Amino acid sequence: MLAKRIIPCLDIKDGQTVKGVNFVNIQSVGDPVELGALYAEQGADELVFLDITATHEGRKTFVELVKRIAREINIPFTVGGGISEIKDAEALLSAGADKVSINSSAVRNPQLINDLAKNFGTQFVVVAIDAKNYDNHWTVTVNGGRIPTDKELFSWAKEAEDRGAGEILFTSMDHDGTKAGFANDELARMADMLKIPIIASGGAGNMDHFVDVFTKGKADAGLAASIFHYKEIAIPDLKAYLRDKGIAVRS
Amino acid sequence: MHLKHMNIVIIKYNAGNIESVSNALLRLGIQAEITGDHEKIRAADKVIFPGVGEASTTMAFLKKEGLDLLIPSLKQPVLGICLGLQLMCSHSEEGDTPCLGIFEEKVKRFTPKPGMEYISKVPHMGWNTISNLKSDLFDQSLSQQFVYFVHSYYATVGEHTAAETNYINPFSAALHKDNFYATQFHPEKSGPVGARILENFLNL
Repeated sequence: MLAKRIIPCLDIKDGQTVKGVNFVNIQSVGDPVELGALYAEQGADELVFLDITATHEGRKTFVELVKRIAREINIPFTVGGGISEIKDAEALLSAGADKVSINSSAVRNPQLINDLAKNFGTQFVVVAIDAKNYDNHWTVTVNGGRIPTDKELFSWAKEAEDRGAGEILFTSMDHDGTKAGFANDELARMADMLKIPIIASGGAGNMDHFVDVFTKGKADAGLAASIFHYKEIAIPDLKAYLRDKGIAVRS
Repeated sequence: MHLKHMNIVIIKYNAGNIESVSNALLRLGIQAEITGDHEKIRAADKVIFPGVGEASTTMAFLKKEGLDLLIPSLKQPVLGICLGLQLMCSHSEEGDTPCLGIFEEKVKRFTPKPGMEYISKVPHMGWNTISNLKSDLFDQSLSQQFVYFVHSYYATVGEHTAAETNYINPFSAALHKDNFYATQFHPEKSGPVGARILENFLNL
């Protein structure tokens, strides 16, 4: 049976891992390759590395980092951040990334999804969506959740699928950093609507939140950062807990 | 022969994930050569035929390079991975493509189960188990172990099926005939289980 995936997410700035709470107040928590290898060994099913560096120098550092990750780590990994053209994705894929994740750049230029899917295949393209609930209207946001756009969450997710996204990584900005659970109602609605896998992000605080996201939220994968980085939940314990609850996970 | 002294060639062609395979071999302490050179491929101790891509354009490329005749004529152990497995079959529904015909099995597209789309998504992406292992590529400790898949097309179960996985329907997770081996999953991305399968291949 296809296993539900547990995905630690590592935010990278100038080659170092960071994680912000609600995307502000950044604290460094370590070397990305070392941390990634540790997670892989502990049973993480995939890894996501998001580059939050804005400078040109930082980008070069990130591509070099991706090469190191590809050499050291024996599970699939996705990279994102700062991909606005085909050539950005190409540099990361040839450095060894299995998938690329695009977010704000897809909102600004939706054709990028089609172009990436056509050039590299849909399985390479993860469309990340950050959304926030404004008066019962789920609005897509950009720039780390700071700027609302004119796009509505569900229609944008469907459009991304139609344009060739291979997966959707949905982060609820209302849940992110709260540790009060994932946005399960919205995730389930999206799962019923789309034919591609959905990675749930934002809100993981305890092991039951993962049980809920895979049952109530119908998600294919659960992504989290700080609870893993700060060792609040150990991946082997989480896998054992999910297995006890009858959820298919990789042993 | 000691693994380190073995001459391993990865066939270079217009497909993705070739570097991933060479990285996985490096983690096993082996420096493989990535080449499309016919003489080097023929002379190798082991040949790996990886690939992520589309069947019809990839077959057209193989024909242009003469690799469509070379690969089926190889005598040393050959390991196809993902698209490599599919191209070693007789025919693929992807672009209605006649393939290399090493295995008689056919390649079809997954069809989601009506009303159960959210548990039968295409592509089949993620970790799934292998069973009914029938090849020296596998040892019995690998039965029911999880390996990593990303694919929308699958090879049917037939005479040369060496491992099965069930997703929407049972399909060939691996094929084996004579010196030809192939896996639909990515051993190079399947953690320690995948590394063991690669080692088993190198030790054939």
